[in-house]
Amino acid sequence: MRYAYFPGCSAASTGISFTLSASYVAKRIGLELVEMPDWCCCGTSAALVTSRDLAHALPARSLALAEQAGLDLDVVTPCAGCFSSLKRTVHYARQSDKNRHRLEEIIELPYAATADVMSLLEVMARPEAMEPLAAAITKSLNGLRVASYYGCALVRPQEVTCFDDPEDPQSMDSLMELAGAEPVRWAFKTECCGASHQISEPHGARRLIARVFENAAANGAEAIAVACPLCMLNLDMREAGINESRAVPFDIPVFYFTELLGLAMGGSARRLGIDRHFWPTGKAVRKALAPPPEPSPDNHSTSELPQEVTVA
Amino acid sequence: MSFYNLSSTSSGDLAAIAQITRDAGVNLDDCYQCGKCSAGCPLSDEMDLYPRKVIRMLQLGQVSAVLKSRAPWVCATCMTCTARCPQQIDIDSLMLSVRHAAKRAGLRPVREADIFDDLFMAGVRRYGKSNEALLAARFNLSSGHLFQDVLNAPKMAKRGMIGPSLHKVKDRAAMRRLFGRALRTTEGEKGDGI
Repeated sequence: MRYAYFPGCSAASTGISFTLSASYVAKRIGLELVEMPDWCCCGTSAALVTSRDLAHALPARSLALAEQAGLDLDVVTPCAGCFSSLKRTVHYARQSDKNRHRLEEIIELPYAATADVMSLLEVMARPEAMEPLAAAITKSLNGLRVASYYGCALVRPQEVTCFDDPEDPQSMDSLMELAGAEPVRWAFKTECCGASHQISEPHGARRLIARVFENAAANGAEAIAVACPLCMLNLDMREAGINESRAVPFDIPVFYFTELLGLAMGGSARRLGIDRHFWPTGKAVRKALAPPPEPSPDNHSTSELPQEVTVA
Repeated sequence: MSFYNLSSTSSGDLAAIAQITRDAGVNLDDCYQCGKCSAGCPLSDEMDLYPRKVIRMLQLGQVSAVLKSRAPWVCATCMTCTARCPQQIDIDSLMLSVRHAAKRAGLRPVREADIFDDLFMAGVRRYGKSNEALLAARFNLSSGHLFQDVLNAPKMAKRGMIGPSLHKVKDRAAMRRLFGRALRTTEGEKGDGI
């Protein structure tokens, strides 16, 4: 498994834990990621609200530079926002030669749109990755109840993303199940986290986050798994603030799906970036990594914790 | 119940609506006002016009009220409306085109959204990559929300999520040229589809 890799702007900053955990898992399962040369910002929704040409041209430049460098590989990106921008551009370029030439003119580079774009979640949920994943998973996550949160950009619009069900996707749930977690059935898998509106219009957008936590809590989730650095930041960093106005506070840690896979492979919380979270993860990690109960009838010694795990 | 003076609609209004729908790749006649877009919209309670009503008013030629509406600026482009529309209308795309038209007309009904997205793009034009801490700081200064999220900044720095160095592309001149050409291309010569 070898892919061109588009890290996205958050990979070395707010999404650092995604990068740490994804590269850990990738290495363990033989997934080779070759960083694209001089890639630029995908533009995300800010480019889209500015100009459609700009929103297509920014990803096209990165994709064309990879072609020019002879990187004849499909593209994988961990960030759901980058995935959406890149995938939309490939879709647009393949619709007609007129579209492709229009982009070539703007980016001053030839662009054949030969490479496909996939999210890291999609790549890891493919059979060729699931097999080595199953082999590398040495610990069961002990039935930790995980609500898989996909957000918007991975699943909509389906004719562009070509990935999973837009209302009830299953790929992340399957990965969580593979790691020994118990997937939670819940209604907010593909609801919006508010994206950048959490900065530009926090008054109206905060309740979007609260609703996600509320539905996860109502369905007994002990953790939420995400596949997008902005979903992560909006949920994890803002949970404490949301709790300030609540009589009964939420207590649900948020993990990148790659962090939970990494834990199940024996990776340490520090190595996977879990120690960088805002909301405490200790309780969920302890449950996930507790040794399985002895198959004896006299069974009350399951609370011993693995010593090497230090978490926030 | 609202009342609209339909006799005030001019041919200029109809031309403006035709341009919006052409840019969006949408046929307004496809909408029979079921309201599914508005029922599923996570931000509809922040909108002065529900998505359904944006379409209805455009059907009725009421373009100036739509251009002044907060709705397209409150829209987070989550695409739930488009995914659920029984008529396959790309409502998300229509919202974008209304916002583009409003911006061209010098309107910005939600000041903060306009400031944020302009600053985001200015940063990408300059550096080729988005630098989140710089963007947040510039947003606070420009919007006047000086202390928003400032308590999170030291926590993010401690976690290695933000730092003093700026992420940049190597070929920064290429970014400036790309922006110049992308934003210079005129309306009416759009490519196929969206």
